[in-house]
Amino acid sequence: MSHYELWCRECGRTWGNQPRSICDDCFSPLEVAYDYDALKASISRERIAQRSPNMWRYSELLPLPQGFEPRLPVGFTPLFQAPRLAEKLSGTAAAANLYIKNDAVCMPTLSFKDRVVAVAISQAKAFGFDTVSCSSTGNLANAVAAHAAREGLKAWIFIPSDLEPAKILGTNVFGAKVVRIAGNYDQVNRLCSQIADEHRWGFVNVNLRPYYAEGSKTVGFEIAEQLGWRLPDNVVCPMAGGSLIVKIKKAFDELIKLGLVEPKEVKFFGAQATGCSPISTAVKTGSSEIEPQKPNTIARSLAIGNPADGHYAIKTIKNSGGWSEDVGDPEVIDSIRLLAETEGIFTETAGGVTVGPAGKLYRQDRILPEETTVLCITGNGLKTTDVLAGVYQTERPIAPKLAEFEAYLRRTLDVAEVPGVIAAAEEAAEVGA
Amino acid sequence: MPITVQIPTALRRHTEGVGSVTCAASNLGELFSVLDERFPELKPHLRDDKGQIRRFLNIYVNEEDIRFLGGPTYAFQEGDEVLLVPSIAGGTE
Repeated sequence: MSHYELWCRECGRTWGNQPRSICDDCFSPLEVAYDYDALKASISRERIAQRSPNMWRYSELLPLPQGFEPRLPVGFTPLFQAPRLAEKLSGTAAAANLYIKNDAVCMPTLSFKDRVVAVAISQAKAFGFDTVSCSSTGNLANAVAAHAAREGLKAWIFIPSDLEPAKILGTNVFGAKVVRIAGNYDQVNRLCSQIADEHRWGFVNVNLRPYYAEGSKTVGFEIAEQLGWRLPDNVVCPMAGGSLIVKIKKAFDELIKLGLVEPKEVKFFGAQATGCSPISTAVKTGSSEIEPQKPNTIARSLAIGNPADGHYAIKTIKNSGGWSEDVGDPEVIDSIRLLAETEGIFTETAGGVTVGPAGKLYRQDRILPEETTVLCITGNGLKTTDVLAGVYQTERPIAPKLAEFEAYLRRTLDVAEVPGVIAAAEEAAEVGA
Repeated sequence: MPITVQIPTALRRHTEGVGSVTCAASNLGELFSVLDERFPELKPHLRDDKGQIRRFLNIYVNEEDIRFLGGPTYAFQEGDEVLLVPSIAGGTE
């Protein structure tokens, strides 16, 4: 008997374990529930610390099939302080407590989606599916295709036709069947719901969704452990479907429930692109329901106009005392560059969407410099290089001659002489003498 | 005017297995009335106690979310295909 099962939060009915995401009785989403009392006896900081540095160190709190043997070291991405970014965002050098959780380097496909897919694929195999599938704005496509390849499963991936070339290529390369749909993500997602109704496939974000979504909790577990088993004051999280922010909250709640961290009220802040901001709009206008939008933003990984978990994301943010902000596309680009130039992290558009609103939240005093704040960077900049096209000029090459370089330096720095270079030349002459 | 409504598998046990219904309805309110009459068990799955469309139920007309077409005020056109599609959320909170 497993230590978890599906249940409906709305009507309370339990459903055991099966590929299903909706309660037939009340049509509400299903969720994985655990026997926390049993877990309390078997889980401890010390036991977790002895395990390998990947997301499987929290396996008791994940819905994994019995006998599951992980075959990839997914997760346990770096968490580190970002003082130079903090100074820029807050306008004060005192903001020493800003941290980056860097899923731009998550194994194996460089986004946090590897976490959710790793859990979903384990269940797909347990349920006997030979084909896995998903609707995706790109990162999920990459992750499903890669994990399916490693597990020897067939993959059918449905994407909006306007995705970034790198994300399409990064799906094709794993041998997945990529179906481009002439429509936006919400249309692709709706189609996948219909396909899942007809075909016996394991759709990671449809019939396997309750299991899949649990993988996001590992971001929260890792943040707590990497902070020395304590919770931060604030978390800033990009939002597309709205699931990640909700699951980080669930992770923190579970750690408190199991006595692994001291209880703390963490504020959750959601970030969106203004061109697709149904959740932040609802938060700002005080609505508890989503008004769907037609996405129009370069942040295509977040371009979900009818977020399935939007309602829950709004509740998570409001109940925590947090807030939601959004930024326009030019600020997304500026924010990608700011993170890269201050901390050496190259993130995708979704990361720009996280950094931009974080600055707004500091300026609004919703986040204070002395508070411990974690920014969730969820994807890698190498996948969305197209948005930076034209930002940097390709320069004319110079001849491989020192004199040419000296001239180039004077030209570039716009000075008659370059003191540093001259000094270095004199020093070299002295050494030579 | 005749329109067609597609019922997802999850709801078909309330429609005696019927997956598609053709009926005459000029707007969403009328469509619900038709469905209520024909499948009384389906009613609570489409709307809540206050008569609002259930939060996790999306309604599409010819691939477009009905909320972009005016929601309850949208006048069905002859031959419209209406899809009832559950919203796949992850839950919690």
